[in-house]
Amino acid sequence: MKALAARRHHRAAPVVLMLLALLLTGGVYAVLAPSSATADTASTANDVEEGERLFQANCATCHGPNAEGTSEAPSLVGVGAASVDFQVSTGRMPMQMNGPQAAPKPPQMDEEQTAQLAAYVASLGAGPAIPTDEQVDGAEGDPSNGALLFRTNCAMCHNAVGAGGALSEGKWAPPLYDVSERNIYQAMLTGPQSMPVFNDANITPDEKRDIIAYLIEQRDGSAGGLSLGSLGPVSEGVWAWVVGLGLMIGAAVWIGAKSS
Amino acid sequence: MSTETTASSNDAPKTAAGKTADYLDQRTSVGGAVKEFARKVFPDHWSFMLGEIALFSFVVLLLTGVFLTMFFDPSMALEEYHGAGPETMQGQLMSVAFASTLDLSFEVRGGLLMRQIHHWAALIFMAAIVVHMMRVFFTGAFRKPREINWLVGTVLLILGLAAGFSGYSLPDDVLSGNGLRITDGVIKSIPVIGSYMSYFVFGGEFPGEHIIPRLFTVHILLVPALILALIGVHLFLMVLHKHTQFPGGGRTDKNVVGYPLFPVYIAKMGGNFFIVFGILALMGATMSINNVWNYGPYDPSPVGAGAQPDWYMLFLEGSLRLMPGAGTEWVLFGYTLSLNVLIPAVVIPGLLFTFLFAYPFVEAKVTGDKREHHVLDRPRNVPVRTGLGVAFLTAFIILALAGSNDLIATHFGMSLNQITWAFRILFFAGPVIAFWITKRICLGLQRKDRELVLHGHETGRIVRFANGEYIEVHRPLDEQERWLRVNYTAHKPLEIEPATDARGVKRPGYKAEKRWQRLSRFFYEDRVEPVTPAELAAAHSHGEHDEIAAAQTSPEVTSGATNVEQER
Repeated sequence: MKALAARRHHRAAPVVLMLLALLLTGGVYAVLAPSSATADTASTANDVEEGERLFQANCATCHGPNAEGTSEAPSLVGVGAASVDFQVSTGRMPMQMNGPQAAPKPPQMDEEQTAQLAAYVASLGAGPAIPTDEQVDGAEGDPSNGALLFRTNCAMCHNAVGAGGALSEGKWAPPLYDVSERNIYQAMLTGPQSMPVFNDANITPDEKRDIIAYLIEQRDGSAGGLSLGSLGPVSEGVWAWVVGLGLMIGAAVWIGAKSS
Repeated sequence: MSTETTASSNDAPKTAAGKTADYLDQRTSVGGAVKEFARKVFPDHWSFMLGEIALFSFVVLLLTGVFLTMFFDPSMALEEYHGAGPETMQGQLMSVAFASTLDLSFEVRGGLLMRQIHHWAALIFMAAIVVHMMRVFFTGAFRKPREINWLVGTVLLILGLAAGFSGYSLPDDVLSGNGLRITDGVIKSIPVIGSYMSYFVFGGEFPGEHIIPRLFTVHILLVPALILALIGVHLFLMVLHKHTQFPGGGRTDKNVVGYPLFPVYIAKMGGNFFIVFGILALMGATMSINNVWNYGPYDPSPVGAGAQPDWYMLFLEGSLRLMPGAGTEWVLFGYTLSLNVLIPAVVIPGLLFTFLFAYPFVEAKVTGDKREHHVLDRPRNVPVRTGLGVAFLTAFIILALAGSNDLIATHFGMSLNQITWAFRILFFAGPVIAFWITKRICLGLQRKDRELVLHGHETGRIVRFANGEYIEVHRPLDEQERWLRVNYTAHKPLEIEPATDARGVKRPGYKAEKRWQRLSRFFYEDRVEPVTPAELAAAHSHGEHDEIAAAQTSPEVTSGATNVEQER
């Protein structure tokens, strides 16, 4: 205690205290924070009914009471279950804020509710269904063919390895590193936001799986060390200036320090 | 020399090193040069090592480049790839150049490390050149007699761009191919000869089958040889002129104050080389750069998002991105005049480099200064030069940022269109604002220097006199501090003879002189004169209170000054 008392005016004391306080707060939060609920995915016949109720409560304000669309938002008749599953499970819908485009966020609906909404919207008109696990399994695809397809169809917006890119007027093509295989497939199938639709005549289901395989391949990191975000020469230039030249100038100052 | 060879036997060296040196000296008389160089004095400052960083990066580039040349095959013949490279490349059709890049990265032991060190060294080489150039510019080290060396340096900068660009295109990947496509467009935008030039450069319609082998020759033979030769000239002139030094007590245009090359600078330079090499090796080992297998083999149709050149070419990319396309392409007499490409890719860089080439001569002309300068300027003492330098950098940085506008948009959540418009305005307004602010800061710092010289440092010591008056005691500057602040020339605008001579006849050349005078006024109209000895004496005598303090501290001043002398 005495040693502690002697050091309480030490220069680093506030920093250490702050770190301890942060650690404590974080620890307490981790213990007390509610864990996410896990719902069983068994679907029932009254999914459509439940889905309609959820739709009325969360979506009808913009999409209209019968999903027929309003001046604010498009009609959902015929968009299919795949579209709903993509928008809701990535948290893009229900949208919380107007903006250039709907941003992904932690999903508001759990898996069961998402399935119910999807069932309801699918009941309004025929549309693409949610793909099966086998359809989206990247392990069965050919990453080399995927690379070719991605380069021709996707890279101009999503960057060569899916690091994301800018579109006009504040819109953007999101990075694809954390997107689930199912969502990647659904995005190609339904063309959410500014993305064009790549239907099965355009890119066949097998080719979609190849693209997924290519994207999964990118998640192993880079052969040459840190990937630096895979953003290309601009990020490399920033690192060259900040880290490389920064260290070298620091060394030069050190060498020149014993100067006249 | 002949007396050395007939030296008596007991003078002969006994150690192995001594014998070797003597053997060499007897055959080449190199001893005289070594003696001269070992005693050559260099002034000491960390910023004098920035050029060294560029030089050492270039050495690393040569070493790693030789290694890469042994495995790279610059052929545009097509092959189907099956090798040790990533799974995403297997079975793809690609040029031999691209395939050999994959092979040297994944099959050759240490190949990827060498490639990455080479690329990082290239980025650092250009960055170090730019920073070195900034040091030379802002301290006025380009003044007589060093104008030619400034030109050599600027040519080296351009050759560095050429080396970087030609090397960057060699792997024949999609990203660098896009760069070549832009180059093709820029060449074609040149009026009249453009399309012929393009066919000449690419050996036919773009991309053809010749450009990679041609760039290979440019990259490993032509440009490095020129750079090496000009580095030789650069260093020879540096030794011939002797290195500049920062102002300070005892430093004049007629001496060099510093340490001898041997042993001090040999040690410092050697150490710096290993530091630079070490940092580059560390970067090459831990940070991936230009993963060409991410981009894939070149195919003229796709373009990836975030397609940008290496940082030193980013200003050209930005210049192209900022130029409005609509209404800037004209057809005259059946010829297309693509101002939308010609202005941003040819005219703007042309202006930037013209500024760099011309500046030393323009400044000498408007200063009317024909003296030699070996003592550097403090940037604040030449406000307009410093302001112009900052304005130039501002334009360059805004163009580079404009070249990264898509990444700024995604990473800062902004609208690409708004960023582009902001940069369009900033490209014109930014340099003017930067110039004005910098000039004002310089003048302010000069006034602060005057104030310091005249009144000394504030000590925070408040003294109350018997009559109740309070004063703060000021401690006068020591001789070193004062020297630094008063020993500069505040140049005045040029004075020219009247338009007519004594008989009222118009004087030839008056109009040109008048124009130069106008420019000279822009440079030197606003100036802060250094404190003169008379002003200093007056300041010291005006307050008898301060004299108490001055008397107390004056012995310290002299002792401090002698310490400095001894150190040197």
